[in-house]
Amino acid sequence: MWDYTEKVREHFLNPRNVGVVENANGVGEVGSLSCGDALKLTIRVGENDIIEDAKFQTFGCASAIASSSALTEMVKGLNLDDAAKITNDDIAEFLGGLPKEKIHCSVMGRDGLERAIADFRGEVVKESLGNVVCECFGVTDLEIERAVKEDGLTTIDQVIHHLKAGGGCGKCHDDIEALINKVKGGQTMEIIKPVRMSNMQKIKLIESTLEREIKPALQKDRGDIELVDVVDNKVYVRLQGSCATCSKSQVTLKNHVEAKLRELVTQDLVVEEVK
Amino acid sequence: MRTIYLDNNATTRVADEVLEEMIPALRDVYGNPSSMHHKGAEAGAPLALARERVASLLGAQPEEILFTSCGTESDSTAINAALVANPDKKHIITTMVEHPAVKNYCEDLEKKGYRVTYVPVDRQGRLDLNALYASLSEDTAIVSVMWANNESGVIFPVEEIAKKVKAAGAVFHTDAVQAVGKIDINLADSAIDMLSLSGHKLHAPKGVGALYIRKGTRFAPFLMGGHQEKGRRAGTENHSSIIALGRACTLAAEKMEEENTRVKALRDRLEKGLLETIPNSFVNGNETDRLPNTCSISFEYVEGEAILLMMNEFGICASSGSACTSGSLEPSHVLRAMGVPFTAAHGTIRFSLSIDNTDEDIDTVLSSLPGIIHTLRQMSPFWAEAMAAKAE
Repeated sequence: MWDYTEKVREHFLNPRNVGVVENANGVGEVGSLSCGDALKLTIRVGENDIIEDAKFQTFGCASAIASSSALTEMVKGLNLDDAAKITNDDIAEFLGGLPKEKIHCSVMGRDGLERAIADFRGEVVKESLGNVVCECFGVTDLEIERAVKEDGLTTIDQVIHHLKAGGGCGKCHDDIEALINKVKGGQTMEIIKPVRMSNMQKIKLIESTLEREIKPALQKDRGDIELVDVVDNKVYVRLQGSCATCSKSQVTLKNHVEAKLRELVTQDLVVEEVK
Repeated sequence: MRTIYLDNNATTRVADEVLEEMIPALRDVYGNPSSMHHKGAEAGAPLALARERVASLLGAQPEEILFTSCGTESDSTAINAALVANPDKKHIITTMVEHPAVKNYCEDLEKKGYRVTYVPVDRQGRLDLNALYASLSEDTAIVSVMWANNESGVIFPVEEIAKKVKAAGAVFHTDAVQAVGKIDINLADSAIDMLSLSGHKLHAPKGVGALYIRKGTRFAPFLMGGHQEKGRRAGTENHSSIIALGRACTLAAEKMEEENTRVKALRDRLEKGLLETIPNSFVNGNETDRLPNTCSISFEYVEGEAILLMMNEFGICASSGSACTSGSLEPSHVLRAMGVPFTAAHGTIRFSLSIDNTDEDIDTVLSSLPGIIHTLRQMSPFWAEAMAAKAE
């Protein structure tokens, strides 16, 4: 049984704004019957680019319906530029969070909105024009690259949870991995070591280095690492998953985690494990 | 709110009669059957009785029954035993609709160099017997075919298949987890070499199962260690649960007729009522050879998890072959193998009844589900499209 929040449950059982807006001037459609979920969002944009009305029709699970309902509540009354800034995280947050396997429901909401706005403006969402990588769910390379970049995805599982891409037959896993590496490669180059850092900058850099350089490797072996605290030059971390019980975890900490942080943050860092 | 439990293929309630025999086994008869004192001896006798009771339900001999921890362990043990006993044979035949206990084990064996044939089923869920027989060869070590499918309830002609498999010189195993206790089984007259069953599917607790091994079948243990089960399955016996399984088997024999008359009638009424009141719905699985308690029904243009959660508001417990409930993204492999159309595969619900169910349970489903499907369809973009297309 999914651990849905009370708000997800409430929006699922009493969805707001079901149907089709009369005189709609923007329509966004995502998903399909064979994929297992789909959303048709209709909006009516009035004066000053204000979204006067928004309604949805959704085929899908409880969290897909709740995400659609939440989306319509969020966008009504907003102007288009502000509405365009709504992310899938915002939708999930509105609902008090979603199980990680259901993030794709909030992504579907965001995509539907984006397409409705593009439709109103007479544009086409460029991500939908990419090359299809995941044939089971019809997800393109541009869509995957964007999610990896914007949502900071580092593993295939995360891509599956966000976009469903790779969640069917699994044939495209190598391609998805290549796209993750492509985006990550681009980002690694951007890491510039500041000469002098404030404590805040240092912590941020340690955090992003853990996310980009260390977590993916550990997660491949079903492990994980969490940053607990940074005090002066000491970085306190907690090992999770298989790392927590691995006899070689101390070697990993020193040879991999500490070495990487010293290379990319500052030379004097010492990594210590918190149990 | 009253619970209407219609998910008995997932697991069953431990029957009162079963629990009654189980409690003293936990509280008083706590000795280890292997021990050389009176507490040990005291524990040994009910174990022997349980073995007789399980054997009796299957038409087998007590020494042909091996107690295990679950259906999955029984399946793994059977397949492993056949492969170890026939080291030169590298071919396995099974079906496309097996439970993951067999399916995933076979997929793993493929990675280890075995060749596996997955026999397809037709739209009614019936096995392609010609394809099965055509794939038999001298290299075939074991054929494993479930007795009845857990999702569709379709019963496979395993006794007929077993004869052909034996003639071809291979071992025949059946995962009968869903069949035992629901339909009559008599292994004395059959050519079946090994059969798996699970306690919690027939009103015994979780954590106990059994494997029938026909006398004379070459065997190799899966768990190594102590001498329990005559060296065929190491590990201290799950004593109280085995006793419970024994009682559950005699209970199943007592209730077999009721299962196939009263329970079947409830299932039929449920099925007929839903088909009559909900348009664009259909039953999966062929009508004649089906478990008396199982109903797999598809509703077009709606999604299964949403149906389940709305039914849950009425206290109704069922399950779905849809993707969203399991965390996977595709409909179940069984529905896909049966070629259930994509308009309905995501909206498939399985009701599985037991002797605990009443007419009132069925009334509740029949009065609430049509409204649930209607509500979800009003929300579905595809329902509006389909209705518009129909009107044209």
